Amino acid sequence: MSARAETWLWLAQRGAAIVLAAAVTVHLATIVYAVHLGLSAAAIIGRIAGNRAWLAFYIAFAIAAAIHGGIGLRTVVRETTPWRGASLELATVLFVVFLALAGTRAALALFA
Amino acid sequence: MLRVSVWRGGAEGTLVAYDVPARASQTVLDVVTYIQRRLDPTLAYRFACRVGMCGSCAMTVNGIARWTCRTHVDRVAKSGALEVKPLANLPVIKDLAVDMTEFFDKWARARGRFVPSADIPDDFIRVPPATPARRAADAGIECIGCGVCYASCDIVAWNKDYLGPAALNRAWTLVNDVRDAGNAERLGAVAGDAGCHACHSHQNCALRCPKEIDPTGAIAGLKRATARAALRGKL
Amino acid sequence: MIPARTTAIDWRTRQHPAWWAALVHRISGVLLALFLPAHFWALALALQGEARLDGFLGWAHRPEIRLGETALVVLLAVHLAGGLRIMALELLDVRAGQKTAIALSAGFGLALGLLYLLEVF
Repeated sequence: MSARAETWLWLAQRGAAIVLAAAVTVHLATIVYAVHLGLSAAAIIGRIAGNRAWLAFYIAFAIAAAIHGGIGLRTVVRETTPWRGASLELATVLFVVFLALAGTRAALALFA
Repeated sequence: MLRVSVWRGGAEGTLVAYDVPARASQTVLDVVTYIQRRLDPTLAYRFACRVGMCGSCAMTVNGIARWTCRTHVDRVAKSGALEVKPLANLPVIKDLAVDMTEFFDKWARARGRFVPSADIPDDFIRVPPATPARRAADAGIECIGCGVCYASCDIVAWNKDYLGPAALNRAWTLVNDVRDAGNAERLGAVAGDAGCHACHSHQNCALRCPKEIDPTGAIAGLKRATARAALRGKL
Repeated sequence: MIPARTTAIDWRTRQHPAWWAALVHRISGVLLALFLPAHFWALALALQGEARLDGFLGWAHRPEIRLGETALVVLLAVHLAGGLRIMALELLDVRAGQKTAIALSAGFGLALGLLYLLEVF
């Protein structure tokens, strides 16, 4: 991959990290709050169902996590294994897309 | 008496033990010199100034890269045991002498060389010392190319193409030099996974640098500079 | 004539906080990335109705699962805190206070883990 492309990957990863800095803070607070009240499907769904703000939040969270995690894993794989090249780039893209879709599906499952 | 283990051989080799009389204020270079002059003249090692100015005597002492002329034995060999090996991450020529060619080749690949502007100015270029750019440059220009940071870097160990902390630090000093005209090419040379983006801020380099330079900070600066260039379509 | 082989980096030069912090950051990141697909699958159980999700949450009440969850909370907290330190270094040129930031990150991770543990047990 060219130096320019690697620079853009770094920008994407750090940009996603900034989104995650806010999202994870909210998420950690939500987790502690939720278990404090006793974790139940009714409680989780009750909070998110029909709430467009939470839906938007979780979809953005999922996409940012997918980008951040996917690019991060790619770096770890390249540094610790001999795997590199087009097949790794393809696997990375597939992982990012898969994770973003799975996260969006989960958010929609709780929203609807 | 000091029990000193010294690396003998090339990349394939072994640690050989020598007994060296312990003396007050002894440095590791004193010890290596004693071995070569009194015990085994076939030992190969490098030194020059012996007063902490040239960086030639850098070796791995008890696992950590140091200038041996500035390393007092009683500071590092608490139990009287000393282990001296060549710098890591560089090809071993013989015993304690390594081949620095790739270290300086990467310096050139990082465009760590001043590029004058095409037009000759009428007067001296004024470089105010207190500007942020000049302060950033000054923080890194004392580098003497000793190789300690390079020998301490995990990314250098994991990635054969990685330019390394010294070369990238030098590039950063030039990025901040208002007189330099080579940044368009230089930023392209230091970006990517052979360049600044491979650094994960382990900070071995900053911790081990005998001149207390901070290559991690310099590399972070290069990340910002290359990102800015990419966003402006100039990379 | 010039040999290609080098001597390896020694473990002793890695004995400092920023190195351990980098290792923790890397391991936590990998574990969290591998956990996410399972997390999204579990949440999407709501598609099959509230009862299905409740069934899963009931399974998650088991002590060993709770301990696993606590570990995940610690990993997430520590990865966030370490990530903030790195981004401050890379984007804001904050170089001082690395050791303090690392200690605070570890403390934050432990505190959140303890908080979660207290809530679920």
